Amino acid sequence: MVLAADAAAQAAGLRVRMPVTKAQALVKGLVVMDADPAGDAEALERLALWALQRYAPIAAADLPDGIVMDVAGAAHLHSGEDAMAKGIVERIAAAGVAARAALADSWGAAHALARFAARPAIIIPPGGSAKAILELPIRALRLPKDIVDGLRVLGFESIGELAATPRAPLALRFGSELGRRLDQAFGRISEQIDPLRPPDLIEVRRAFAEPIGAAETIARYTGKLVVQLCQALEAKGLGARRLDLVFHRVDNRIEAIRIGTALPVRDVKRLTRMLCDKIETVDPAFGVEIMRLAASVAEPLEDKQTISSLTEEPEADVSALIDALANRVGEDRIYRFAPVASDVPERSVTRIAPLAPDTGEAWPDHWPRPSRLLPVPEPIDAMALLPDHPPVSFTWRGVRRRVKRADGPERVFGEWWKRDAELVAVRDYFQVEDEAGERFWIYRAGDGEDAATGSQRWFLHGVFG
Amino acid sequence: MKEAAASPIVAELRARIQRLEGGRAHGRTVLPFGIKEIDGRLPGGGLAFGALHEAAGGGNGAIDGAAAALFAAGIAARTRGKILWCVARQDLFAPALAQAGLAPDRVIYVEAGDEKSVLACFEEGLRHGGLGGVVAEVARLSMTASRRLQLAAESSGTIGFAVRRWRRQAEAAEFGQPTASVTRWRVTALPSAPLPVPGVGRARWRLELIRCRAGESADFEVEACDGKGRLHLPSDLAHGPDQKKAGRRRAVS
Repeated sequence: MVLAADAAAQAAGLRVRMPVTKAQALVKGLVVMDADPAGDAEALERLALWALQRYAPIAAADLPDGIVMDVAGAAHLHSGEDAMAKGIVERIAAAGVAARAALADSWGAAHALARFAARPAIIIPPGGSAKAILELPIRALRLPKDIVDGLRVLGFESIGELAATPRAPLALRFGSELGRRLDQAFGRISEQIDPLRPPDLIEVRRAFAEPIGAAETIARYTGKLVVQLCQALEAKGLGARRLDLVFHRVDNRIEAIRIGTALPVRDVKRLTRMLCDKIETVDPAFGVEIMRLAASVAEPLEDKQTISSLTEEPEADVSALIDALANRVGEDRIYRFAPVASDVPERSVTRIAPLAPDTGEAWPDHWPRPSRLLPVPEPIDAMALLPDHPPVSFTWRGVRRRVKRADGPERVFGEWWKRDAELVAVRDYFQVEDEAGERFWIYRAGDGEDAATGSQRWFLHGVFG
Repeated sequence: MKEAAASPIVAELRARIQRLEGGRAHGRTVLPFGIKEIDGRLPGGGLAFGALHEAAGGGNGAIDGAAAALFAAGIAARTRGKILWCVARQDLFAPALAQAGLAPDRVIYVEAGDEKSVLACFEEGLRHGGLGGVVAEVARLSMTASRRLQLAAESSGTIGFAVRRWRRQAEAAEFGQPTASVTRWRVTALPSAPLPVPGVGRARWRLELIRCRAGESADFEVEACDGKGRLHLPSDLAHGPDQKKAGRRRAVS
C-alpha cells in the first residue's frame, strides 16, 4: 500500500492508501521502498533537536509526521512569529523537504492547521484558533482511523459540525477520546509537550516546596541557577550561545524564556541580567514549581589575553551591549553596513553581523552621496534638456523646485549578470541644488537618447545633508 | 573661555557648580569643533562628553533629518570607539556617513521599530560606557525621557546625540519644548559655496545653537563636514558678520 505521496507523485496519479500493484501499473519503473517507521521517528527526533537548538526552548517530535514547538518567549530572536514560521518552512524547503507550519493557541489547533490549512505557513492571532479550525475536516483532530470513519458514516465532515453537536451521545458511541481531542484542539484542556532533551544537555534545575510567583523571587532564583549553570559550563570549558529558562507551573503548563548571545558567554552577571530583563514576559499564574535552566547551544569558550600592549588603550568590549539589544529588538535588527562592489546605489551596501571582524573597506569617494536614501525612488516631474542636461526644475511631493546648481551626470549601468532586464538599462544621476540650498539626488532612467535604456522618466532617490 | 578668564570669581563659581553637578571624572571632558568661533561659545570650549546633545533640521530637514544626521556623524567621527546608531526605520545611506568621516566598521545600527524602543536602546547604549558615542533618531523627546538619557550619559561619560526628525512639518514645532539636553542645534542647508565653474560646491549649513546650558545661543554659517568630520568656516565669512555681532554683544554686557 502507498503510505506517502509527494506533489510529484500526486501529479502522476498516485494516492495514499492505493495498492502498490496499482501504483506500479500507473507509473512505469516506480521505485518502491519499504516503510521505515522507526527510521522516520528517529529522523523526526533529529529534526526536533535542530528546532530546539535553533528556534524554541520546548520542542518534540509529533509522530508520525511532524514536530511541535512551544515558541512563546522565543520568537523575538527571529524578529517575530510571522518571520519565524516562514523562516522555518524556507529552511526546511532548502534541505529538499516540503514543510508546512502553523502557529496557534493550542497544540491540537496548530496540528490541524499545519496539515489542512491552505497556506504553507499560517499564524493565528491569540484567541482566533477556535474559529480558524471550524472549517477543517475531522481527520485533523488526531483521532484513530475507526472513529473518523464512524463519524463520516454519520455524516460529519468538519470540526465545526462536530463541535456544535451535543457531546453525550457522541461520547456514548465513540468513547471519551473524541471529546478529549476536541477540547485539546479548542484549547479547553491543557496538553503538555514532553520536551525533547538531548543527552549531553547542560542543565540545572530547582524544585520548590512551595510554588513561587513574585517577579523578585523568580529573579533571585534565576541568579542562583545561572551561577550553577556557569560552574557546569566552566567544568566543560564551554560558553552559552542560547539559554532556556523553563518554568513548570502548578497548573501543569510550561512557560519559557529564551535568550541568545552573539559570542559564547559564561559571565554570571551578564546572563542573569539578560534573563531578568525577560521575566516580565512570564505569567506564573498560581505559582511555579520547578525552574529549569539549560544551555541548549553551547560553544567552546577560551580565555583570551585582553591587553596586548601597555601603551595602547584596549578597544572596549561591546558584545554585552549587542546581546542586550539583540534580545530586545531581534538579532537581525542590529547590524553594520559593509561595502559591496556595485555601482547601483541600493546594492552597494550590505548588512553584516555587528561583531563581524572589521573589513577596513570603504566605498569609492569620487562622487558625493546623499545621507538619506529613499527606500523606493520616487517619480518626479522634471523639465530638462535632453540628452545630458540636469533638469531646470522639478516637482517632488507637490512642491516645485527650481534647480540653481547641478552636478552630473554620473552614469550607472545595469548589472546584466544579475538580471536580463538590466542588460541595457542605464541611470544618469544628478546632484541638484534648489534655491534654498537643499540638495537632492535625482536620476533619469535611461540615457536620454535610446528608448531601450529606460523609460526616460525622472526619479528622486536621495536627500543630501 | 574668555569671559571666565576675565573674572576669576565667576570661574570659581562655575567650577563649584560643576562639582555639585558631579560626573566630570572621565578624562577628556569636551570635544572641540576646532573652530574658535564655535568653541568659544560652548562652556569648556567644545561639546561636553557625558552629555546629551540634540540636533534637528530646519525647513524640510525637519522631516528628512539629512543634514542633522551628517552633523551628528561628523561629531561621532571625531570620537574614539564604536558608535551606536539607533533608528526606528532605516533610511540612512552609509556611504554618505563614510564621506563625513565615519567609517562603516565603526557604526553599529539598531533598527528598533518604534520610538519607545529607540529611546530604550539609546539609554542602554549610553549606560554601557564602552562606546564612542550614541546617536538616536527620535521625534518625541519628553523632559523625563531626556533627563533619563542625560543621567545615563553622565554616568558613563559617553556623548549622546539625539537627531530629531518628525513626520510632518507641523510637528516640528515640538522642538521648542524644553528638554534636559545640554546643547540644542538646528542645522539648515544653505546654498553651497559658489564655484567658478558650473557644478555644486561644498555644502553649507546655517548652524544655530538654540540652547546651550551655561552658555548663550548663537548662530554660525559653516561649511559641512569634510572627510574627517570637521566643519569649517567659509573663508569669505571668517571675519565677517558673525564676528562683528559677537564683538558688539560683548561690548554691551
